[in-house]
Amino acid sequence: MLPYVGRRALTAIPTLFLVTVMVFGIQRSLPGDPALILAGEQQDPAVIAFIREKYRLDDPLPVQYVAWVAQLARGDLGRSLRTNERVLHLIAAKLPVTIELAVLSLLVGIAIALPLGILAAVRRGTAVDYGGTALALTGLSVPNFWLGIMLILFVSVRLGWLPASGYVPLSEGVWENVKRMIMPAFVLGTGLAAVLMRQMRSSMLGVLKQDFVRTAHAKGQRGASVVVRHAARNALIPVTTILGLQLGALLSGAVLTEQVFTIPGFGKLIVDAVFNRDYAVVQGVVLITATSYILINLLVDLAYAVLDPRIGAR
Amino acid sequence: MGRYVRRSFAILAAVALLSAALAQSTLRIGLAEDPDILDPALARTYVGRIVFASLCDKLFDIDTTAAVVPQLATGYTVSDDGLTVTIDIRQGVLFHDGTAMDAEAVKYSLDRAKNLPGSNRASELEQLESVTVVDEDTIELHLSTPFSPLIAQLADRAGMIVSPTAAEAAGEEFGNAPVCAGPFRFVERVAQDRIVLERFEDYWDADAISIDRVVFLPIPDSSVRLANLQSGDLQMIERPAPTDLAVMRADSNLVVPSVASLGYQGITINLSNPEPRTDPLSSDVRVREALELAIDRNTINDVVFGGEFIVGNQPVPPSSPWYVADMPVPERDVEGARALLDEAGVDRVPFEMMVANNPEAIRVGEVIQAMAGEVGFDITLRATEFATALDLQEQGQYAAFPVGWSGRIDPDGNIHQFHTCEGALNESGYCDPEVDKLLNEARAAGDTDERFELYRQALERYLPDRHIIYLYHTQLFFPHVAAVQGFQAYPDGLIRLQGVSLQ
Repeated sequence: MLPYVGRRALTAIPTLFLVTVMVFGIQRSLPGDPALILAGEQQDPAVIAFIREKYRLDDPLPVQYVAWVAQLARGDLGRSLRTNERVLHLIAAKLPVTIELAVLSLLVGIAIALPLGILAAVRRGTAVDYGGTALALTGLSVPNFWLGIMLILFVSVRLGWLPASGYVPLSEGVWENVKRMIMPAFVLGTGLAAVLMRQMRSSMLGVLKQDFVRTAHAKGQRGASVVVRHAARNALIPVTTILGLQLGALLSGAVLTEQVFTIPGFGKLIVDAVFNRDYAVVQGVVLITATSYILINLLVDLAYAVLDPRIGAR
Repeated sequence: MGRYVRRSFAILAAVALLSAALAQSTLRIGLAEDPDILDPALARTYVGRIVFASLCDKLFDIDTTAAVVPQLATGYTVSDDGLTVTIDIRQGVLFHDGTAMDAEAVKYSLDRAKNLPGSNRASELEQLESVTVVDEDTIELHLSTPFSPLIAQLADRAGMIVSPTAAEAAGEEFGNAPVCAGPFRFVERVAQDRIVLERFEDYWDADAISIDRVVFLPIPDSSVRLANLQSGDLQMIERPAPTDLAVMRADSNLVVPSVASLGYQGITINLSNPEPRTDPLSSDVRVREALELAIDRNTINDVVFGGEFIVGNQPVPPSSPWYVADMPVPERDVEGARALLDEAGVDRVPFEMMVANNPEAIRVGEVIQAMAGEVGFDITLRATEFATALDLQEQGQYAAFPVGWSGRIDPDGNIHQFHTCEGALNESGYCDPEVDKLLNEARAAGDTDERFELYRQALERYLPDRHIIYLYHTQLFFPHVAAVQGFQAYPDGLIRLQGVSLQ
């Protein structure tokens, strides 16, 4: 098990290196000069020159890259070009918000997808199956931002049940926090549920055909017990892969949902930073996102080993 | 039993305290963008100025007609040669950190605005050579040349007075927790989420303030901003979508005050940035006149803005005292436009027009495209993301760009930097030494009538060149819930909370 973990961790290093090169390169290849944006409406040439010098925007790209990596090596992600805040502080403030949203969405997704997926597989070809599949397709097809705005208009404006948008930290009250998270988590969760449910259904169908399930039935175990204790656990392995990938995607991909519900998380941080050409923030956020993506994939691989000990032994 | 009673009392007291805390009036305002750095010397966004209006008082302010009035100053005199401006400072004013706002602090702030590396105020205070403290409540500003717009500059960020003690202590971090002498003091900021201010008890004009707490929440999507207002999560928003005005006016719970902005919107045409261009639009003034005559400004206003904005043809709106009335907004004239193109010897004029990639700007572009097409212009629209558009404009890689200016209190701010040969915002590459001369004289002239005459003469020269075709002026709307009372809209688009209460 330990050598397996070590091997997997080592492969992450070159990936991270490539990530830094790509983050830096893509960002610099965008048109748009951060100094012009930072100088604001007034476009004072002296201010533009000062900004270019301060952030070394006139240095050759390799020099800028090396300077950034050297800074990273010291654990310093730099400061936001726009607000002068430390990027690390910004990320530390935003990360918990997006993690909370991702976890809640994941819970919503799992709560919908697993029972529906199992049910659709067990009752294959019935109304339950078709209904579930139709629901999943709807979840996949409806754009997040549209569903978000519709929910705001209906639940907040029409019914006045939940606040329309915004975020309140957990420290200021659990209910205050949760009631603002319900709609965004639902919006993200339904999209996730659609993917998970289809995966769960097909995986379950495969498992249900296998010999050990027939054996369990033959031994006289009750249907529900066979489905839950034997079939579902095995069917979960491919679903876990998807779940891991989706969690990574959730961390960075809550972009639209955070915009719609004005949640000050990672997604919103990066969108605003890209539009403002806030190089330091974009680079910092993408780097952290990529690192967490790699970490999550590592954890998923380790989870296989727990679910199926044969994998770790290989 | 005793313990039980004591505990009950303790709970009751806690509940009473809690309800007292809840009874505080909190005004939540939805902003269209997240403000940038909250340091008056470094700040650069309009939305940041909205926050500053509650946080940092200035030497001067404006009233609802855009006339300059004293704020932290009580008055000023200008020497006969126009080179010395003496300003009287209000006495007994405290900063949020309890230190005194006196002449020394004013000198410190003006020097800081002028000299802080990267200051966005340096160009606004270009003519200011030095500041001397005369006594505790008088300062003298010494100018290199007479500069009439100075007092108007001091009615904006350049005139915001910051606490020297706090600014020295915070250094580069000052913008993360600014300390000024405004009606509200800074509590916290969560980037992209909120800026919280609370009432400053020792404010010099404390009687005018009855709101206890202000929370600014950036909500970029205009429908979500409106939804928050309708659901009661916000009490006021700025820059609603003009297309939502009907909905807001129909809502009996909402009030929609408005005011004409100081700025303008127009088409900037590239004549010679960076090099003189040879295409008909850039090189032949008749072609540009044809383009102007092809456009019906009222159609743009009606189609895109529901008729809510104000059509115009000059750098200041028709309501401004600086508007030259004998040069009115021209009517659309298709035949006249066609005749001009024939005279110029061109049949069809193809050109690319860069437009910002937001729905409104694109629609304005499409309306212009359709109207100009009827006359003989084949316009290709290039929707361009804002940062990229700025870059292309700076490099001169555009033919025409409908773009606006948020406007300044003094007409100089709307005119000089766009029409002088070396103007920082002259992206058209326009240059007429006679215009330069007139606009420089207008800056130096002290008398209002004399200045008006100089601006009129300059306008008569640059307007017919049509390197900027002025089209319309935005109307600023500040929808708020009916419980907000006493709010007045100001033409600079700032939200001032003096006299505002929450019922």
